[in-house]
Amino acid sequence: MTFRAAVITFPGSNCDRDMAVAIENVCGGEVHRVWHGDAALPEGLDFIALPGGFSYGDYLRSGAMAARSPVMQAVVAAANKGVAVLGVCNGFQVLTEAGLLPGALMRNAGIRFVCREVALNVENNDSLFTSRYFKDQRITIPVAHHDGNFFADDATLDRIEGEGRVAFRYAEEVNGSARNIAGVLNEKGNVLGMMPHPERHIEKAQGGIDGRALFESVVRTLVSA
Amino acid sequence: MKVRVFVSLKNGVLDPQGRAIHHAIEGLGFSGVSDVRAGRLIELEVDDSVTDAALDEMAQKLLANQVIENYRVERVAA
Repeated sequence: MTFRAAVITFPGSNCDRDMAVAIENVCGGEVHRVWHGDAALPEGLDFIALPGGFSYGDYLRSGAMAARSPVMQAVVAAANKGVAVLGVCNGFQVLTEAGLLPGALMRNAGIRFVCREVALNVENNDSLFTSRYFKDQRITIPVAHHDGNFFADDATLDRIEGEGRVAFRYAEEVNGSARNIAGVLNEKGNVLGMMPHPERHIEKAQGGIDGRALFESVVRTLVSA
Repeated sequence: MKVRVFVSLKNGVLDPQGRAIHHAIEGLGFSGVSDVRAGRLIELEVDDSVTDAALDEMAQKLLANQVIENYRVERVAA
């Protein structure tokens, strides 16, 4: 079975090529590039990735306009059918704005744009995105964002923690996120949003390879399924 | 007709921008300001036929993110 992935490009996305290259290198298979105005996705997708960037110039709220673009209706439908969906950085913002993930991503508590490598703790290695990590593994992944401050009310936070839906937690103070949450899964576990950029750490030339295991997890779970 | 939609952060949601503005106000030497919250004002020019329900729906579907924000819709007399 050939692994079939799609990377969505919105106007203002800037990590879409990095994401496509990461998927090609680590997962292999076919990677389709899809434009935000497309109403339909390619047939038979296993995996959809929403990349980082500044879709629609972050107008209104980060991810707000992209979440209402034509292709997102197809992404929401695919996610509801169980297709694996990963949103990184702006992609995470789009997934919360589209209602596929709980909470919202607000301006960093320190106001400043944060662009550096951060330490993460793998909280859940039981998901299709994280099975190739060890539980509580300490990994290093770059972040680059202005609006990464994860917010949800206490009841929602308690629920997602109780259901094991926190995939990654910052192991240091980064942006003021509630309970240091860096990555969240949906209820069914087939949608993951995270602010750090795993696609930027897949080969040694990039300064680290801790992001590889995420893509290895995805291809291993989906191709053997 | 002009419609104004005021979008503001819910109580209890931290507002880093408001805090920075507050800090800058104090830096300019003004005193007596105890808190600052930053919001957004969106003005729409609409036909008279646009209903309150439709305006409400626009606010809920796009203009405000109700996880963190409240909104208020106000019709402005011409």
